[in-house]
Amino acid sequence: MGIFDKFKKGLEKARNTFFGSIKTIFAGKTLDDETLEELEEILVMSDMGVEVTQKILKELKEFYKKSDDSDPLILLRDIMEENLTNEPINLNPTKKPYVILVVGVNGNGKTTTIAKLANQYIKNGKSVVLAAGDTFRAAAIEQLKHWGEKIGAEVIAHEHGSDAAAVAFDAVKHAKAKGKDVVLIDTAGRLHNKSNLMEELKKIKRVVQKELPEGIDETLLILDGTTGQNGIVQAKAFKETVDITGIVITKLDGTAKGGIAFAIDHDLNIPIRMIGVGEKEDDLQPFVPHEYCDALLGLEE
Amino acid sequence: MFENIQKKFSLAFKNLSGKGKISEKNIKDAVKEVKLSLLEADVNYKVVKNFIDSVKEKALGEKVLESLTPDQEFIRILKNELIELMGGKEPEKLVISRNPGYIMLVGLQGSGKTTSAAKLAKMYKEKGKKPLLVAADTYRPAAIDQLITLGTQIDVPVFSGDKVNARKIVKEAKNYAEKMLHDIVIIDTAGRLHIDDDMMKELEDIKNYIKPEEILMVVDSMMGQDAVRTAKDFNDRLELNGFIVTKLDGDSRGGVIISIRHVTGKPIKLAGTGEKIVALEPFYADRYAGRILGMGDVLSLIEKV
Ligand SMILES: Nc1nc2c(ncn2[C@@H]2O[C@H](COP(=O)(O)OP(=O)(O)OP(=O)(O)O)[C@@H](O)[C@H]2O)c(=O)[nH]1
Ligand SMILES: Nc1nc2c(ncn2[C@@H]2O[C@H](COP(=O)(O)OP(=O)(O)OP(=O)(O)O)[C@@H](O)[C@H]2O)c(=O)[nH]1
Ligand SMILES: [Mg+2]
Ligand SMILES: [Mg+2]
Repeated sequence: MGIFDKFKKGLEKARNTFFGSIKTIFAGKTLDDETLEELEEILVMSDMGVEVTQKILKELKEFYKKSDDSDPLILLRDIMEENLTNEPINLNPTKKPYVILVVGVNGNGKTTTIAKLANQYIKNGKSVVLAAGDTFRAAAIEQLKHWGEKIGAEVIAHEHGSDAAAVAFDAVKHAKAKGKDVVLIDTAGRLHNKSNLMEELKKIKRVVQKELPEGIDETLLILDGTTGQNGIVQAKAFKETVDITGIVITKLDGTAKGGIAFAIDHDLNIPIRMIGVGEKEDDLQPFVPHEYCDALLGLEE
Repeated sequence: MFENIQKKFSLAFKNLSGKGKISEKNIKDAVKEVKLSLLEADVNYKVVKNFIDSVKEKALGEKVLESLTPDQEFIRILKNELIELMGGKEPEKLVISRNPGYIMLVGLQGSGKTTSAAKLAKMYKEKGKKPLLVAADTYRPAAIDQLITLGTQIDVPVFSGDKVNARKIVKEAKNYAEKMLHDIVIIDTAGRLHIDDDMMKELEDIKNYIKPEEILMVVDSMMGQDAVRTAKDFNDRLELNGFIVTKLDGDSRGGVIISIRHVTGKPIKLAGTGEKIVALEPFYADRYAGRILGMGDVLSLIEKV
């Protein structure tokens, strides 16, 4: 199984009814207005947004003129790929403890992604501490504890309703004292337009810094792969508040295409680190722009 | 982003004013801006095309009301069409006539089903009903704990049976509800993908057994272009009665509302507007029309005419 098989499978199902096969639609086509409009449709329907779509199509037109008899679809794939940065997450950190803070809006897959990431670190022989920093949502702590037990990670939790920053502090302190390798901090889902909740994230960062002067090593924003243009607003707001260093796009095992990745990379320069392709602990994949663009456009190697 | 769109709109409409009728030519720019605005609001690409065509058809040749300039006239038609598409001005009610009446919540992962189930239970409890919550999500870690916690907060019992088999839990919940004289039964189900055949089959089986009067799909208002497809698939398999659109306390433009409504013809019945258990409201289409268009001020101006 290729790493993007789950993503492809979902998209194939989508294409069968929506476009037929993209490859056959475009076979032998030149880049006329009709083809451009069809490509626009495909890109906008992937949640790429109008602006980025126009930009990419403009580039496509320019390149097409210069390069005779090339397949417009392959050209498009190459241009799309160029528009994505590839910076994988550090799965073998030497720094100890390596601290990752996970943030995002409600229900997009933060807690599950933490379990998946922890699972990868554990497979790499690292010891992992999970901080149950969602002290707000009903049974969020139980959910994280369940995962901790399942994959063999220690969970540091306080009472429901307690201070999230205090949980993060305890987890980091514990990891430092016991020589643990990685700390993953879960946080409650919060909408980026609620400033009081966003402030809470700053406090978590500050408090961790008290224990570890170098502070948090990676701040991951989780983004639901079905999200539309609001994803850009989310990324902007979280970036301003806690300086996001990477993004994980989840739920790409459905038929959503996660085109918002392009807009975010384009506007904000935050790399997409991983993608989530299911609800199990193994369903996390590195983000590989080439394979992603192939899958999105229905191209095979 | 908002101001930007409004600026573009007023520019686009400038060339309409002072003319008696709306013509293809003098709405060309405006149509383009509307299209862009709807796409930026995440209305599905194909739905936008259909919508624009129908508004254009209505607007062309239309005489302009004396109190309005042609641009405002165009917006008026546009807005009315939008509200029409979104389901009219009056919110659609949930219809429960049997005793007990069954409500089933379905949808993608993380859309807000469990929270909405608790909100609905609270709503009915406040109306003097005796609701029962049924925890039929046997997959997601701690999903049952989550519903039990919420049930405790609002003092509504939660039935969770063997916690393993969703079909069996629902069957037993029926007996339990009848025995305990509950008049409303709200079933929370696991989040699932519309392309997951086994999981969709589970919902069909539950539906066929319990025959709910209301099967509501819970949809995240931040969703993008794929909403059309998921809503269509859920509706094809389950014949939905309507939708609950959640997380409307955020700042997404909510184009998903138009998309799902257009593709299924089913109404949005309720709006989720917060994480608290009281944050559930009837869905007023006219409130969201301006938000989707991103031109609230312009619309309220016309409202006063
Ligand atoms: N299909 C699919 N479902 C996912 C994926 N990641 C998470 N989920 C599901 O999405 C739902 C929400 O996931 P959580 O991890 O609880 O999300 P969260 O962001 O922690 O949610 P809150 O803490 O409530 O804000 C759960 O049902 C998960 O099983 C994914 O990659 N694919
Ligand atoms: N801001 C806001 N958050 C909401 C709303 N409705 C639900 N949520 C939050 O969204 C997240 C997911 O809600 P759940 O009710 O667990 O979603 P679900 O559909 O049951 O999720 P799964 O069972 O994992 O598929 C939680 O953090 C909720 O608090 C809403 O209207 N506004
Ligand atoms: Mg969580
Ligand atoms: Mg749930």
